[in-house]
Amino acid sequence: MSHLAETFAAAKADGRAALIAYLPAGFPTPIDCVPVIAAMVENGVDAVEIGLPYSDPLMDGPVIQTAVDLALKAGIRIGDVMSNVGGVVGTGAPTLVMSYWNPIERYGVDRFASELAAVGGCGVITPDLTPEEAGPWIEATDEHGIDRVFLVAPSSSDERIETVAATCSGFVYAASTMGVTGARTSVSSSAPELVARVRQHTNLPVCVGLGVSTGSQAADVAEYADGVIVGSAFVKALLESPTPGEGAAAVAALAAELAAGVRGNRPAGVRS
Amino acid sequence: MAAVTQTPEQFDLGAGPDSAGRFGKYGGRFVPEALMAALEELDAAYRVAIADPGFVAEYDYLQRTYTGRPNPVTDAKNLSEHAGGARILLKREDLNHTGSHKINNVLGQALLTKRMGKTRVIAETGAGQHGVATATAAALLDLECVIYMGEEDTVRQALNVARMQLLGATVVPVTAGSRTLKDAINEAMRDWVTNVDQTHYLLGTVAGPAPFPEMVRHFHAIIGREAREQTLELTGRLPDVVAACVGGGSNAIGIFHAFRNDPGVALYGFEAGGEGIESGRHAAKLSVGSAGVLHGARSYLLQDDEGQTIASHSISAGLDYPSVGPEHAWLRDTGKATYESVTDVEAMDAFALLSRTEGIIPAIESAHAIAGAIRVGKRLGPDALILVNLSGRGDKDVATAAKWFNLVDSATIDSTSEVVK
Repeated sequence: MSHLAETFAAAKADGRAALIAYLPAGFPTPIDCVPVIAAMVENGVDAVEIGLPYSDPLMDGPVIQTAVDLALKAGIRIGDVMSNVGGVVGTGAPTLVMSYWNPIERYGVDRFASELAAVGGCGVITPDLTPEEAGPWIEATDEHGIDRVFLVAPSSSDERIETVAATCSGFVYAASTMGVTGARTSVSSSAPELVARVRQHTNLPVCVGLGVSTGSQAADVAEYADGVIVGSAFVKALLESPTPGEGAAAVAALAAELAAGVRGNRPAGVRS
Repeated sequence: MAAVTQTPEQFDLGAGPDSAGRFGKYGGRFVPEALMAALEELDAAYRVAIADPGFVAEYDYLQRTYTGRPNPVTDAKNLSEHAGGARILLKREDLNHTGSHKINNVLGQALLTKRMGKTRVIAETGAGQHGVATATAAALLDLECVIYMGEEDTVRQALNVARMQLLGATVVPVTAGSRTLKDAINEAMRDWVTNVDQTHYLLGTVAGPAPFPEMVRHFHAIIGREAREQTLELTGRLPDVVAACVGGGSNAIGIFHAFRNDPGVALYGFEAGGEGIESGRHAAKLSVGSAGVLHGARSYLLQDDEGQTIASHSISAGLDYPSVGPEHAWLRDTGKATYESVTDVEAMDAFALLSRTEGIIPAIESAHAIAGAIRVGKRLGPDALILVNLSGRGDKDVATAAKWFNLVDSATIDSTSEVVK
């Protein structure tokens, strides 16, 4: 069983969902990225997605766009992404890369998968790659034992869900809503139905992302999904912190709140 | 007649794209899964519509009575002596309603939007020509309209911002990234993925995910069909060269398509060389770019060694885009069309020359095609017949040109821009 699969199995044995956190590589600064994520893992994050900063992030809202711009301005390259992945793997959390397609294609699909495997990374999430265009990527990820995660959306037909789920390994990423990354006041009501539709076609874990930012929302999603993915809320906490030290404290506190959430514990005074 | 260096062999451009929307290895669909349903719906609706005589009749009626088609071909006799004596014919897309070829595609897609039961259109615009055309069609067909425009372009093209607002559209200045056309497309895609139920993304060029490259080509192919017939009527023969400027590539594909099975006709696309290829400040992706994926399709792209998009530069907002439609990438690789770059200086010289010699002020985009035709004319000599797509008129560029040629002091221009912003 892969490290990622073990993580989902362990969470399931606990009767809870896994908590998956996203941060861009090199953010909040090239040297603070790994320590900040380590603080998140210590406070209950089960698995980590490292974003590969890209010039044209068309699935991301303003919060992640800002963070990615900072990382690019700091000169983050794919080698730095790989070394951040290696650092996070050292915390003991299974670590994936989230990347738009062009950087992987340009770098070389085989080279990318092989270098990721070499630093201990376990998978790649590709938000703008569909199974139809993924031929060489499927070969490379199979070759190097890297999980490939594709997305399904509320607009996906059952036929497409079947195709996407059959192409995924590791887990299936269910976009909770139609839209881009960023906090929302409530997680879309279409998410539970989408997860149920995905389960008709696969036994893979189904994780929900887009719009989850609070412990209470995490508790809601954990009732029907195997994993809860949180990105913009962590990024926002870091952007709003004047120093990396304060940022680490802020994301640690948020991780703890979300970790309680995926265990069904809602923050005091919040009703579901 | 002087020989054209690169004569395409017999071919059929109509063969592309395949059922996956690919032109060779280019094209395809690289989009968030959330958009796949909308693309499939659009693909199906488009194919049914263009086979429906009712739709075709409605589109043709608007093209005749609203766009003003057919527009003429003008024999640019005075320009000839500046082009090695070659005879130059201008296809007058600049005479269309809204001032460019963009309206051909916009009317088709706006009618399709109504047919799909959607009530809102969004679009990106660089020079503002596509935004103005979209706002126009939205006004005519009673659709809500939001136009995304890079903040830098809203300044360069302030008059077009005012035009769009007069037509009832909301113009959103995009402040992300390089603040030009590529960033406007990113923002439009974000809007589309969020509001796709009621919204059609009225993409303005032959780029983007399938079916856009094929669909936009279909609506612009009228340019070449008319021009081919008009050239035969006027001269008794086919042109040796068909020339067009290439940003995303819609006007070029529009005029090239009708000549796809004419082996003696050489197709030339002229992209923006900006301040010169060696300066690094240009938009010459087909000359010095490489294959990559941007905005939903694989094509040629200005990118670094790790796939980050490199910002393009051109005096012409409409050509200032780091990628290009996938069919152009395929035409380039197969040698079925030839692509060269034209610098800002060459384009502005051609802009002035056409204005003075023919009394036609072209869009700066189209001035790139004029400059290219002059260059090719000098190579081929007086027996050559060159058909140029004059894709737009220069009204929108008068402020830029006045500055370039020092016709008024820049303070006057700046204060004028402020007023209309």
